[in-house]
Amino acid sequence: MPTDFTSQAVTAGTGTPAPIRKRRRTAAAPRVILYLILALFCVYYLLPLCVMVVNSLKPLGEITAGGMMALPEQWTLAPWSSAWSTAQVGVDATGLRPYFVNSILMVVPAVAISTILGALNGYVLTKWTFRGATLLFGLVLFGCFIPFQIVLIPMARMLGLMGIAGTVPGLVFVHLVYGIGFSTLYFRNYYAAFPTELVRAAQIDGAGFFTIFRRILLPSSGPIAVVCIIWQFTNIWNDFLFGASFSDFDSQPMTVALNNLVQSSTGVKEYNVHFAGAIMAALPTLLVYVVAGRFFVRGLMAGSVKG
Amino acid sequence: MSRAEPAFRRGPFDRLRDWLPKLVLSPTIAIVAIFVYGFILFTLYLSFTDSRILPSFGWVGMKNYENLFRIRAWDTAVTNLVIFGVLYIAVCCALGLLLAILLDQRIRAEGFIRTIYLYPMALSFIVTGVAWKWFLDPGIGLEAVVRGWGWESFAFDWIKNGDMAIYTIVIAAVWQTSGFVMAMFLAGLRGIDGEMLKAAQIDGASTLALYRRIVIPQLRPAFMSAFVVLAHMAIKSYDLVIALTGGGPGTATELPATFMYSYTFTRNQMGIGAASAVIMLMTIAAIIVPYLWSELREKS
Repeated sequence: MPTDFTSQAVTAGTGTPAPIRKRRRTAAAPRVILYLILALFCVYYLLPLCVMVVNSLKPLGEITAGGMMALPEQWTLAPWSSAWSTAQVGVDATGLRPYFVNSILMVVPAVAISTILGALNGYVLTKWTFRGATLLFGLVLFGCFIPFQIVLIPMARMLGLMGIAGTVPGLVFVHLVYGIGFSTLYFRNYYAAFPTELVRAAQIDGAGFFTIFRRILLPSSGPIAVVCIIWQFTNIWNDFLFGASFSDFDSQPMTVALNNLVQSSTGVKEYNVHFAGAIMAALPTLLVYVVAGRFFVRGLMAGSVKG
Repeated sequence: MSRAEPAFRRGPFDRLRDWLPKLVLSPTIAIVAIFVYGFILFTLYLSFTDSRILPSFGWVGMKNYENLFRIRAWDTAVTNLVIFGVLYIAVCCALGLLLAILLDQRIRAEGFIRTIYLYPMALSFIVTGVAWKWFLDPGIGLEAVVRGWGWESFAFDWIKNGDMAIYTIVIAAVWQTSGFVMAMFLAGLRGIDGEMLKAAQIDGASTLALYRRIVIPQLRPAFMSAFVVLAHMAIKSYDLVIALTGGGPGTATELPATFMYSYTFTRNQMGIGAASAVIMLMTIAAIIVPYLWSELREKS
């Protein structure tokens, strides 16, 4: 063994020293520059987030005195507690807490239902396919890309007719309706690659529609379910247009409340509180991204590169 | 599938089983039929009516469209969309391609760097808007900070300047989306056949020629996807403008999306708002429909 080891080392050392050294010498300088550029872009992307975090932890006076890019001289959590529970958002000084709760109450059912429906749709569209299924899927898919301005007016009326205008259930409904398209897209493309023979074999064994779904497709749907849930969660949590159009003061989601907090023209602009609030609004989706970024990227790519 | 079943006697239960898949699909079909296509038709109809604060059904023909194109704010919105859209797409693609090529050089910690480049995509445009709004604010942001460092004449007040404010929207939007475009191009780069590159390298092609002649032409599908995604995001841009500039100063950063909202819900010109929404839809459809068509045709 030891001789083997040395002989290998020797051949490696004598056989190819020249090219290795040559490559190192020519590549070293450009590679340093390459890493430098990449690092510079890291700074570019991280800077706004750092500015937000750092400035949410300093007293207002330090920001207005021109110290936005400096570390806090006096660290404080006061802006955070103010943004969370006492800041003036709209009429009342409630902080962002009730709106954070609204967003959660809105996101959870909307994500759950649209994902389940999407899974069933994907199953039917790939394993129980029929004439015109592709056209139908195309029509559903187009609904994902329409500018939602085109549905705002009739949707406002419809929510009124259904008696859920200006409520959190109303927002759940809206997000559910316009979330189905992407859920269907994910599951359809995923199930399309699933062996249809397995489904037929189970069918011959007498398994029914739902049994096949539950026993054969569902157990291997984990990854795409995660992709779909993360996509829907991020999209619905970050939505502003529907929240701004269809909510009342007490049913506003986080994004709308944050915008109200920042745009409110009365009193002193408390930049540090605004930054703290912005981080609160960003935290849930950022957390998901850090924990399951791989799935988030997969969802983004599947949403842009269909097929 | 039912055709493959043996010819048993078919009771009502079997028939239900045949219909089950379609029954499961039917809520979605109903939802899409009503809330997408029905609503599009409804808004289209409203755009030909004299609706003001509430929908009304007095037919006025093309009058809303004629008026729309006479409104200065709509003119501004369309011009802004062209400026914003072209710059946004061009800068995102250039930056995304550059970063993808740089990251494709067997970089250590590539995954970590990618994570940093892409995280803004997980944020709400409102959060992005708030961050850049105060960072670009001349009173407390970049300008004030640089002046505080001793460069007294430094000026960067684009966000307060009617002629330049639209470019601040580009800056913030590029920051948010360019990492995503990078990811698309990176996926494209990873799909390129290595053998071909090796052959060209052996033939003595320079790195620059390699990229210009072989790599970038092969990224055409990635360019297509990036263009479609970015163009449709540009046309839909609403949140970012609201959070960053509120459409101002004045109407300097008005986009079609903000125009539609304010004319419909705050200025009580629903007919004109509906007309602007129809134009937005047609613009997006002109980009998306051919794309979906080609994607779905390839598959079937």
